[in-house]
Amino acid sequence: MKILEGLYYAKSHEWLRIEDGEAFVGISDFAQHELGDIVFVDLPSVGDEFDAQDSFGAVESVKAASDIYMPVSGVILAVNEMLEESPELINEDAYENWIIKIKITDETDIEVLMNSVQYEEHIQEEE
Amino acid sequence: MKNYDKLIIDLSKKGRKAYALPDNDVDSKPLDDYLPKELQRVTEPYLPEVYEVDVIRHYTNLSNKNYGVDTGFYPLGSCTMKYNPKINEDMASLDGFTKLHPYQNENTVQGSLALLYDLGQKLSEITGMDGFSLQPAAGAQGELTGLMIIKKYHEDRNDTKRRKIIVPDSSHGTNPATVTAVGYDIIEIKSDKNGGVDMEALKAVLNDETAGLMLTNPSTLGLFERNIAEISRLVHEAGGLVYYDGANLNAIMGIARPGDMGFDIVHLNLHKTFTTPHGGGGPGAGPVGVRADLVDYLPYPTVEKKEDSYYLDHNRPKSIGRIMGFYGQFGVLVRAYTYILTMGAEGLKRVSEAAVLNANYLQSQLKEHFKLPIDSICKHEFVLSGTDGLSQYRTLDMAKRMLDYGIHPPTIYFPLIIDEAMMIEPTETETLETLDRFIEIMIKIKKEGEENPELLHNAPITTVVRRLDEVKAARKPVVKWSR
Amino acid sequence: MNRYIPLTQEDQKYMLEKIGVKSIDDLFSDIPENIRFNRKLDINQSYSEMEVRKIMKKLSDRNDNLDDYASFLGAGSYDHYIPSVVRHIASRSEFYTSYTPYQPEVSQGTLQYIFEFQSMMGELTGMDVINASMYDGATATAEAAIMAIRVNNRSKVAVSSTIHPETLKVLETYCHFREIELIRIPETDGKTDLEGLKLIDSDTSAVIIQNPNFYGIVENVAQIEKATHDNKSLLIMSVDPISLGIIKSPGEYGADIVVGEGQSLGIPQNFGGPYLGFIGATEKLMRKMPGRICGLTNDVDGKQGFVLTLQAREQHIRREKATSNICSNQSLCALMAVVYLSVMGREGITDVAKQCISKANYAMEKLLETQKFKRIYSGPIFKEFVLETTLDADKIEKALFDEKIIGPLDLSRFNKNKKNQLLFTVTEKRTKEEIDKMIDIIKGVQ
Repeated sequence: MKILEGLYYAKSHEWLRIEDGEAFVGISDFAQHELGDIVFVDLPSVGDEFDAQDSFGAVESVKAASDIYMPVSGVILAVNEMLEESPELINEDAYENWIIKIKITDETDIEVLMNSVQYEEHIQEEE
Repeated sequence: MKNYDKLIIDLSKKGRKAYALPDNDVDSKPLDDYLPKELQRVTEPYLPEVYEVDVIRHYTNLSNKNYGVDTGFYPLGSCTMKYNPKINEDMASLDGFTKLHPYQNENTVQGSLALLYDLGQKLSEITGMDGFSLQPAAGAQGELTGLMIIKKYHEDRNDTKRRKIIVPDSSHGTNPATVTAVGYDIIEIKSDKNGGVDMEALKAVLNDETAGLMLTNPSTLGLFERNIAEISRLVHEAGGLVYYDGANLNAIMGIARPGDMGFDIVHLNLHKTFTTPHGGGGPGAGPVGVRADLVDYLPYPTVEKKEDSYYLDHNRPKSIGRIMGFYGQFGVLVRAYTYILTMGAEGLKRVSEAAVLNANYLQSQLKEHFKLPIDSICKHEFVLSGTDGLSQYRTLDMAKRMLDYGIHPPTIYFPLIIDEAMMIEPTETETLETLDRFIEIMIKIKKEGEENPELLHNAPITTVVRRLDEVKAARKPVVKWSR
Repeated sequence: MNRYIPLTQEDQKYMLEKIGVKSIDDLFSDIPENIRFNRKLDINQSYSEMEVRKIMKKLSDRNDNLDDYASFLGAGSYDHYIPSVVRHIASRSEFYTSYTPYQPEVSQGTLQYIFEFQSMMGELTGMDVINASMYDGATATAEAAIMAIRVNNRSKVAVSSTIHPETLKVLETYCHFREIELIRIPETDGKTDLEGLKLIDSDTSAVIIQNPNFYGIVENVAQIEKATHDNKSLLIMSVDPISLGIIKSPGEYGADIVVGEGQSLGIPQNFGGPYLGFIGATEKLMRKMPGRICGLTNDVDGKQGFVLTLQAREQHIRREKATSNICSNQSLCALMAVVYLSVMGREGITDVAKQCISKANYAMEKLLETQKFKRIYSGPIFKEFVLETTLDADKIEKALFDEKIIGPLDLSRFNKNKKNQLLFTVTEKRTKEEIDKMIDIIKGVQ
């Protein structure tokens, strides 16, 4: 199971990457593995606004559907359109293939997220 | 014809046809005179051009690729795949039933109305309820109707704070989906270690926001909910109503009745308990029965009797409203009625006794070989767990291997609370010899799985197609033929 | 002994021994005494097959069936011709005794005809995707309204007053409990009031129309489509598939969702059911659709096959977040429709539609010639039309019935203000002789 350092993680298995003032959200390798072959990613629309822990979309496999939640409050700046055609990209690399790019509207939300070490512990507990 | 792989459109050849209409004998004008050009279709539909023999052979070949109850054993848990008597089909296809318009003058359809009225009476007696609507088209629509009644009941009492429906975690997915359909919220409660409702968990969630509880009894584990009277009392005390999902009525006909257990609303699945065919996914019928003070809420029209004649009552001010375009799946109701006539009171009781005996026999023989998570007498079905095989094969592999032995596998991976679940419901219409053969095959497959798991992983190998790529189907859906 | 239960006394004894209990009663010992049912069900005795047949025949004989009558009654349930082939295929028990095709390897027959149904209905309606079918046309319409809300998250749905009044009632029921506000677009001259479309606003998720509408009139869909899409609402069209042999399809009009009642396609009138609802949409909306969908794929050997697909939308996976609570389809009725459409083919469906429009227009003209009727709504008709009569509607019905004709629908059944307005239906089955006879009888009504 790959857990990338330097990212923030939510209990519901989303990651948040902040680089050069831009914020990206995806699901963890653990989450993609649990789901199996992803067949569809339900993406939000650019401009949609969400609070932390709101569901902004869903990832679907053949036998399961899983809502994905905002790790922090934010506005959707872009969605990864490649996932519309090729949802399996998330299976191939869950960290490379972000789902949404957002503008964080409440920086304090970041404080409650986990780092990679804490997330690894969290996964172990769940298992 | 195992390798027949044509679509009907593949047989198409310009100039062939399978229909003949009489000549149009009225004075006719060009189409443009009736319908302005801009209202006419431009693109021709890409439909087959075949002759009658093509149609017959094509669909006969397709039918050969299907497995039905008439083919063999079909122990699909929670689906009650029992024999569909042929007299039912014959009666439902009498011209006097099929060739009727729903808006014909009531005087001209007294036979149909009498049948509906009497069927409602019989179902009321069988379930211990006071009135029935035969309109719901399926179990799921029965649930929807039932929850609409619950909501309307609370609305009429101005008790609009009640918006929560409680379901056990062993429930079928339809229950929560229906809760959403009436704008309510769901509360799922855990089952206790015996697979029943956890009484403490129930008490903890009951309050003045409780609209109702949905329950099936016997439960999806095939176990009778012994606390049912107490459960009903608690929900009623909290101000909620208790809804009975009749999926499993086949276990208790003539032995116990939902009405006597304290249920306020029930739906039945006529395509399960009352032998109407499943039809490859429908049509079924999901009549809804209620206790006396809820009768006014039933969908309209209801069938009523006045002296010796019957009529449809559309004037029912408290009704939840209309739920179907006409009066429901009449043809299905004719079949169920025929079945009840055939069986009679004693026959129906014998159905439940034999169904429960068959299930317990299978359970007693299989629990020596498979994990039985809850070991007690069961009702019409029971659930095994396939976790013992997990290092080598999964329940899915067992199910697929069964296809090679020419039997339909049980329901798998349901209920969700049992890992690697196999839910087995033999029904009363199977012989001891069939049950024994099933036991033999189950044991044999287990042995194969231990000795040569590849056999299971590769199964099925004898069917018209082998395991299908569902991921491909869902990623790039192809849902119609292309030109 | 019962002929459906094979259990012998000997079997029973053996099985009880194996289970380790003494009697069948022991198997029910988990049912508490106080909720046991301790008497015999008061229903009926058991009857032999001969007796059952007699009882049922007697009941069915109390009905006057359409085989003995020429019917001019339609309004959502139609007397179209059903070729013999349809019943023969639908009576194959490999089809009708199977369950939902959850084990695709042994359900390819069902899955393939569903795929063919989706294809043929897709072709007729001009939509990208049609599902495996819904309960009936009315509930399919209600599901479409709910689907639209899911697509664009708006709160209201607008519906034209010219849709079938009982479809409207079903829509009202579903929307009330789902807490969706329903707006009625008024009618004018028997058609959707184009001015009334101004009632739609930025909260309006969809506009529902029926074409041809309840009065049999072909609507001005192009203008409705424009107003709807200008408002970024979805256009939901309810259609009679038979009409699509000649009438512009929802796909050609740019509809987003199509629904309808498919009973016309080879399904008996059955006193109102079982029928065949259908729902379809553009590809963009496919994953928001309710109900089953069958898809093409291949097996591990690369051989073509079919499966139920996009199941993550459905209740057994998505539970309270499912697109609908529906978990069946009208599979056997879809089979009838698919066989019907195979028999009729591209030309046949057009021929049937042409005979309907020509015979309906003929009947309307002849009725108008009697001077006892007038047209109250203008516009092109398909197989139905409304006329107002100076005669007494009940008398017409009775006079026709006495001469073996089922007369038109009296619209006052649904609307007290529409007294003596009659909805006539003329399908391809009606002959000139029958139409002329009906008119002659009406002429004699005082």
